[in-house]
Amino acid sequence: MAFSSVTEFFAMGGYGFYVWLSYGVTAAALLALVWHGRMVRKQLHQAAQQQAQRQQRLARRQQQQQENR
Amino acid sequence: MNKASYRSLVVALMQRDFKVAMRRKSDSINPLLFVLMVVTLFPIAVGPSHEVLGRIAPGVIWVVALLASLLGSERLFRDDYLDGSLEQMVLSPAPLELLALAKISSHWLLSGLPLVILSPFCALLLKLPIEGWLTLMLTLLLGTPILSAMTAIGAALTVSLGRGGALLSLLLLPLFIPLLIFATAAVDSSLLGMPAIGQLLFLAGFMVLTLTLAPLAVAAAIKVSVN
Amino acid sequence: MWRWLHPYAKGEASYHLLGRWLPWLTASALLVLLIGIGWGLVFAPPDYQQGDSYRIIFIHVPSAMLSMGTYTGMAIAALVALVWQIRTAEWSIAAIAPVGAVLTFISLLTGAAWGKPMWGTWWEWDARMTSQLILLFLYLGVLALYHAFSDNRTGAKAASILALVGVVNIPIIHFSVYWWNSLHQGATITKFAKPSMPPEMYIPLFVCIFGFMLMTAAFITQRLRHEILRQELHRPWVQQLLVGAKVKEQ
Repeated sequence: MAFSSVTEFFAMGGYGFYVWLSYGVTAAALLALVWHGRMVRKQLHQAAQQQAQRQQRLARRQQQQQENR
Repeated sequence: MNKASYRSLVVALMQRDFKVAMRRKSDSINPLLFVLMVVTLFPIAVGPSHEVLGRIAPGVIWVVALLASLLGSERLFRDDYLDGSLEQMVLSPAPLELLALAKISSHWLLSGLPLVILSPFCALLLKLPIEGWLTLMLTLLLGTPILSAMTAIGAALTVSLGRGGALLSLLLLPLFIPLLIFATAAVDSSLLGMPAIGQLLFLAGFMVLTLTLAPLAVAAAIKVSVN
Repeated sequence: MWRWLHPYAKGEASYHLLGRWLPWLTASALLVLLIGIGWGLVFAPPDYQQGDSYRIIFIHVPSAMLSMGTYTGMAIAALVALVWQIRTAEWSIAAIAPVGAVLTFISLLTGAAWGKPMWGTWWEWDARMTSQLILLFLYLGVLALYHAFSDNRTGAKAASILALVGVVNIPIIHFSVYWWNSLHQGATITKFAKPSMPPEMYIPLFVCIFGFMLMTAAFITQRLRHEILRQELHRPWVQQLLVGAKVKEQ
């Protein structure tokens, strides 16, 4: 263990700001990547749903037309 | 198809490019005016002192040359794409790489060479010491073919997009950095009274490499864009 | 080998294969990163010259290494896409580029945050930092070109060509930036010559590098799966997977 107390750990021998800044930015960038991935997934779901609905509407319409005929 | 007809095809293609350029002179003149105007802006912006201007002149002229080459590059294949002659080139029995090289050559003759001829005036306006003039012209002579070849790659990639301008500069500018480094270093070292032959040889090497490989990339990009 | 690879050129097969890998990759990446960074931050001894500021190395070096590795991977995928016309390879360009760009960004920012206490400046036109910045531009260019086309196939092929042009240029850029740097400024930065690291420092560093590799692989896997879905959205298997309901075949 390189540090004797928690405060010392957060101070990082006086370089706390820089060390935690880099780790924070890294974590934020990686989380943004994860979040963006989830967004894409959600959008894909929506797009697929829209497409399915459209196909259902189309099928219904065709059925109606056939019944009318 | 034999060699002689390849040659006549290349000559025909280049003649056509020159004819088009003659009909629309402003397309080849405007980038040159752009260069002159930006070069005029620099002394106004940073002050007309000899030391400052002479120090930044090689860099300024080269950056302006890069920007000017981007300015007209969007049109390199645009008209050929729109009127279908690019498709004809893809379908022609001659290798597309050869035709790409012909397009690059005529683009260089129409945009690069005038820039080389114009560069002494820019050097004069920016008060570049006289020792640097010849090196500046030599770097431009070796560097502008690279610019033409690289912009041809970018233009071929983005030709089927309606609006490729900003994208094109994003794609191309990072690739111009080695060129910029060696060209300005050559002029700097001849300003310091040292021989610039090393940097110039590097530039010549880049030019040969680019002119060898770029037609392959241009041909691949045209095939992607056209189909 | 080609016979074995062939089914994975189809979207559905590769989607499910990647889906089997993803949880393992994610779990092992988290575990290894936790061990590596915990070890590096808490247990590794401080550097005798740089004190505790050197602890940035445990994310800086892995991200910088992988940012270059992923570009190579992307270029190989681009070559495969252009030569063998394998669509999964085309899509993996779109999967790799954003991950590589984020890694490059991380390496730049951590470099800046390390440079401030060590060199006294956030940004130095140091050869490595400069070429890393150019690498970021190259990634962004590939991404922008990929997404600029409304026809995805064209975009993927154009981006592959650009990635290959970039990979030819990277050594030239790298070397010329080094040369430029040595010309323009003296060795102000190399006061920081690489000290031979004791094992208490380099073992956690290796663990971190391995963890970043796993994490990058996990991110790319996840993104490649999304890209496959996006490209094959009109196919019945995707509809079935995403909507759940059985889609009527027409």
